[in-house]
Amino acid sequence: MNKREFLKDAILFFPAAATLQALAPAAEGKAEPAKTPADYDATKHWYGMGIDVDKCIGCNRCVEACKAENDVPDEPFFFRTWIERYQIHENGETRVECISTRAALPEQAPPEDPTVVRTFFVPKLCNQCAHPPCVQVCPVGATFQTQDGVVLVDEKRCIGCRYCIQACPYGARYLNPRTKTADKCTFCYHRVTEGLLPACVEVCPTEARIFGDLKGKADRLVRFHRVNQISVLKPDLNTEPKVLYAQLDGEVR
Amino acid sequence: MSGAIPDSLNEQLSHQLSQVVGFIYPNEVETQWAILIVVYPYLTGIVAGAFILASLVKVFNVVEVQPIYRLALLTALSFMLVAGMPLQLHLGHPERAYEIFFTPQPTSAMAMFGFVYLWYLLGILLIEIWFEYRHQLVLMAQQSRGLLRGIYGALSLYSKDVSPEALAFDHKASKLITIVGIPSAFLLHGYVGFIFGSVKANPWWGSVLMPIVFLMSAIVSGIAMVMFLYILLSLVRNEKLDMRCLDKIGLFLLVAIIVDFTLEALDYIHRLYQSEESIGILTQLVSSKLFLSLVVVQLLLGMLLPLLILVLVRSVRFNEELRKLLYFTTSLLILVGIFSMRWNVVIGGQLYSKSLRGLMAYKMEITGIESLLTALALLALPFIILTVLFRLLPPRWMESHAPAAAN
Repeated sequence: MNKREFLKDAILFFPAAATLQALAPAAEGKAEPAKTPADYDATKHWYGMGIDVDKCIGCNRCVEACKAENDVPDEPFFFRTWIERYQIHENGETRVECISTRAALPEQAPPEDPTVVRTFFVPKLCNQCAHPPCVQVCPVGATFQTQDGVVLVDEKRCIGCRYCIQACPYGARYLNPRTKTADKCTFCYHRVTEGLLPACVEVCPTEARIFGDLKGKADRLVRFHRVNQISVLKPDLNTEPKVLYAQLDGEVR
Repeated sequence: MSGAIPDSLNEQLSHQLSQVVGFIYPNEVETQWAILIVVYPYLTGIVAGAFILASLVKVFNVVEVQPIYRLALLTALSFMLVAGMPLQLHLGHPERAYEIFFTPQPTSAMAMFGFVYLWYLLGILLIEIWFEYRHQLVLMAQQSRGLLRGIYGALSLYSKDVSPEALAFDHKASKLITIVGIPSAFLLHGYVGFIFGSVKANPWWGSVLMPIVFLMSAIVSGIAMVMFLYILLSLVRNEKLDMRCLDKIGLFLLVAIIVDFTLEALDYIHRLYQSEESIGILTQLVSSKLFLSLVVVQLLLGMLLPLLILVLVRSVRFNEELRKLLYFTTSLLILVGIFSMRWNVVIGGQLYSKSLRGLMAYKMEITGIESLLTALALLALPFIILTVLFRLLPPRWMESHAPAAAN
């Protein structure tokens, strides 16, 4: 562990330890579903995320923050969130690349391609579907939906059959090579139940990601939903995603 | 955070990443269901097919097929005992597999399959074989000594009654079980098809025809396996084949292939005609990555050529030796073709991105758990089990021992 990592961990650890210590007496003797604070009432929330496609600059910080926060393997085959770059060409052709799999960001901007008429970035993550096909297929109920609408995996129960990975239409799941269990975005459940924002939202420099509670009356996400034209990915599959995209191009799948 | 993933996995995934064509979601580089999941429906299909062939004798009184009745049953059992192993081995946490039985998720096709499998093995196959062999087991226990006597006694569950009434009951029971067994065999393999067919995220799998296509191909592969074994055994033992039996199996095989071919053709025509969003990438998949395994091996060598041979055998009066050779070749071609079909479904469905914008690659490992060697071992194991079962429960034993014993 280098100095930087130590500091990063320490910044997280000390406040977290203090919070836990404060909550410990209240939680004693109670079952702890997913280690939520004792006064947290999951039934009062219904979490979602808004993505303003026009605001994403493709800096990839959300991906790095996610990997660090959630201990996602560094290798470019495992992502809880990633960024896709779309280039629409004059002739109507669309070229897509995942910029998060690059080993390093290019030092110089690539030369301008005059045939490109439009470029945009699309952050992707688990859609936390209200009607999740991954939960439906799990043979042992290791993947489940919380009352506040987040799809989680119990890594102590998951048998690693990978059926959920096959069932996810969005490629949002992978098998964690360390735990040998299915893994995916949790909306940083450990943070949001503490009143914090998911790591990716926290670090986004342009506020392209808006985290919120669809049950909250004056919530930012509710407002985002109201003022933007919203699309979701693959609506025909009836998964009812709770990741809501504004200004999404029809080319994005 | 340190990566620390196994080097072999890193190497495999790096290689597969370098082979990607177009755009794929980054988590799609890894092939989630690999060679072992190809082996699994292959084995299960042979079980269902062999059992259905056997049931022709009991339920539909097709007397010509009587000589292979026991062979078909023992084949079904040998493959059934191995069918669960590839699933078990492929799990990330095999030690938690029991959870499927103790805390099953009712909405999961996979969880319910566990029960279908158990029901078929314990509720149908073992009981049917027991009733079929009970008479022989009682006699074998009487005629053998020492350890063997104990084994046969235990296998017969210490029953002794070989009175005509008891034997008539055995016969009735085994017929009844077969009647229940046919829908169960349909369920067993139809269900395997449903595991794939119900995945709406994957248009290559998600088809309402998938269970029935799996079922028909299962029947084809099961019949072909019994035919293959029947001819092989006669060669090994230097015995004369019952050609009436073989011709009859050939006829059933022909009918099954025609139905299977029709269903698969319907599936493809339907897809092409509906021409949904996925058609572009699927066409690209079939014409590139799957061309050899689907068009050449599965369709031409594994289906059309056997179909042609079987039609020829029925329309031209070849002599016995030639017919035997043709049947043998046909059964082998079909067995390879159906394996290829399983490959094309399981691996094929993971060679294109769900973004419908790119194709992936699958590099099979040679050693390790999820590897070629394990797959070969699992494919060989049923034959070893079958050899043991043949020693333990000789299918023709009654012909040489029973009359004397019965008197």
